[in-house]
Amino acid sequence: MDSKPRLLTIIDIVTVVLLLIATYMVFFYAPQEAVMGDVQRVFYFHVAAGWVGMLGFIGAAVAGIIYLIKKDRKWDIVGLAAVEIGIVFIFINIVTGSIWARPIWNTWWTWDPRLTTATVMLLIYFAYLMLRQGIEDPDRRARFAAVYAIVGSLSVPLTYFSARIFRTIHPIVIGSGDPNATGSFDMTPMMLQTFMFGLLTFTFIFIDLFWHRIRLGRKADQIEQLRLKTME
Amino acid sequence: MTIESESSYLPEEQGTPAASKVAGFLRAMGAVVWKDLSAELRSRELLSAMLIFALLVILIFNFALDLDPATRREPTITAGVLWVIFVFAGTLGLNRSMAIEKDRGCLDGLLLAPVDRSAIYFGKALGNLVFMLMVEFIVLPIYSLLYNVNLFNPGLLLVILLGSIGYVAVGTLLATMAVQARTRDILLPILLFPVVLPVILAAVKASTGFLDGSEMDVIRPWINLLIAYDIIFSAVAFMVFDYVVEE
Amino acid sequence: MIKVRKLVKRFGLKTVLRGMDFHADQGEFVALLGPNGAGKTTFLRILASLSRPSMGRVNIAGYRLPDQASAVRRRLGVVSHQPLLYGDLTAEENLRFYGRMYGVRDLQSRVAEVLELVGLTPRRRDLVRTYSRGMQQRLAIGRAVLHDPDVMLFDEPHTGLDQDASAMLDTVLREVAARGRTVVMTSHDLARAADLASRFDVISRGVITASVKRDEIEPNNLLAFYRQALQVA
Ligand SMILES: Nc1ncnc2c1ncn2[C@@H]1O[C@H](COP(=O)(O)OP(=O)(O)OP(=O)(O)O)[C@@H](O)[C@H]1O
Ligand SMILES: [Mg+2]
Repeated sequence: MDSKPRLLTIIDIVTVVLLLIATYMVFFYAPQEAVMGDVQRVFYFHVAAGWVGMLGFIGAAVAGIIYLIKKDRKWDIVGLAAVEIGIVFIFINIVTGSIWARPIWNTWWTWDPRLTTATVMLLIYFAYLMLRQGIEDPDRRARFAAVYAIVGSLSVPLTYFSARIFRTIHPIVIGSGDPNATGSFDMTPMMLQTFMFGLLTFTFIFIDLFWHRIRLGRKADQIEQLRLKTME
Repeated sequence: MTIESESSYLPEEQGTPAASKVAGFLRAMGAVVWKDLSAELRSRELLSAMLIFALLVILIFNFALDLDPATRREPTITAGVLWVIFVFAGTLGLNRSMAIEKDRGCLDGLLLAPVDRSAIYFGKALGNLVFMLMVEFIVLPIYSLLYNVNLFNPGLLLVILLGSIGYVAVGTLLATMAVQARTRDILLPILLFPVVLPVILAAVKASTGFLDGSEMDVIRPWINLLIAYDIIFSAVAFMVFDYVVEE
Repeated sequence: MIKVRKLVKRFGLKTVLRGMDFHADQGEFVALLGPNGAGKTTFLRILASLSRPSMGRVNIAGYRLPDQASAVRRRLGVVSHQPLLYGDLTAEENLRFYGRMYGVRDLQSRVAEVLELVGLTPRRRDLVRTYSRGMQQRLAIGRAVLHDPDVMLFDEPHTGLDQDASAMLDTVLREVAARGRTVVMTSHDLARAADLASRFDVISRGVITASVKRDEIEPNNLLAFYRQALQVA
């Protein structure tokens, strides 16, 4: 636990290399989209960041369930790590989305189902952190956080479905969607490759950050333990 | 153990275990509801606070949106304003109902009783639901009167019932967590609103539908969504309530 | 009646109870003595099934905690730091509410009996909110004995009581003990504990460091015994 695992170092390096390649592919490999032009290139990291944000959310809920069953502090650290990473990436997702929406939809923001859902997800993440902040007792904090992560993860898909019954202008590039949505386009093979590569890269970033954050949490725990020991 | 030491006041376990369990569950749940209602009917602090608050929201909306008489009667506006009132008045009620349990350590008192924790949850939730419905059914005629709209529509009443159930199901769970936190005065809305958003969305849409006389086909998806939400969240709250009260 | 083996309780990373062993036979009246922060309240909360042990075995009246908590709770009466009463209900309503939660039979007459016992019959229709601290404590005691439990846990029950109320509490405690109930009481008042208890246990930093029966010690030596027990740790 104390020295950095070899595998983690390898993942660190792989992640950096992947990110460099992905950036190159986004800007130079993928062709320019005919209608939207260069701003469409945002799409690759936009979707990938959304994907990681969602992984964080699912991760927090799963860690919550395991925590409630096992009552092992480790899973509380995992849940918190997932949420913190999730927040950053959902935020990236929203910002890149706005950058894209400005020229394409002529607005920074609309209350489209996906945008609504992303916002709600962000708000639930923040509420999760505020809940933790307000509780001193570490066991209770872990239990409440776990419960809230579970409840939140159930509510998010429901928000999506209910917002979805409204008409949407958000393009659904993956899976068949409404072809008339403003800003939708067909992916050429090179675009698809770039897109898939972006997803892979961000998944690696997620795993890498996740691991580092969990290690950090456990280190903090060890320090706290030492502190308590010296106090006696 | 000697006969002498066996308590003479506790009822013996009678009937089949399952039947006596159900009876005990209902007895405890009823006791919790009765306790909340009789305390409230005496002081009427909560109900009057919720009602005055509701009137204030109506007043503020009237000026904030500067509605002309025709728009005021728009179903969308009516449904929106009504649900904003219910949601905010509801948080007042939830916060207060759980704060009472925390005040003199009563939550511990409830947990010491030999009853299922879910009986406590359902008792509290049912009490909260009753308060919320009481406020809603006083607000409706007042709103009708002030804005000259007819709100006595069985469909609307159904939506209000379903929406309130969903709201109270999660709200009771989250309020139980919120009152145990240091930041308990501010935490509940922050925890509750993002989670309860789908209920509000569906409730507003369904209410609008009933008010402007839409086809059942348009309204049904929203009603189904409300029912799904009510079931999912009652079930989940029931399953995890143990974890928010036990140490 | 109560058997506790190697009980450990942690709050997060902080260990409060460190492998505590404890037992009390039926009819015993144990006074738990110890300095502030020793873990007395923590221990009673675990016995009361309000808090889960991190490790170790707890057995009360033949039932295991925490898995058979419901059976244990039926047989427990608890007086804690807080009164566990509803301010917006009267004394009578409070007792009636708890009576229903416990499924007490003949509730009406039992409530009257308990109110008489704690000397609150004249004020039974007043809201608990309007009670003094001591009156609330009296009612809290009434609440705890309502279902005539086999095991009673008292956490510093004399705090805030006047002479009369303390005497009333002592009577209740003696009567409970005389009827073969098991009592565990924490206290900072050695003289009072010496009067009531049949055994004295000293708890320090999460373990029991000494235990002595009343007939093995002169009441005057109790303070010396307590001091010495604290030094052991
Ligand atoms: N919920 C909690 N979270 C963290 N620490 C706790 C918690 N409850 C108690 N403690 C710690 O456990 C230790 C023992 O506390 P406890 O209340 O059991 O002491 P006590 O013996 O009852 O003291 P007193 O005589 O003051 O009543 C203290 O150091 C306290 O800070
Ligand atoms: Mg204490």
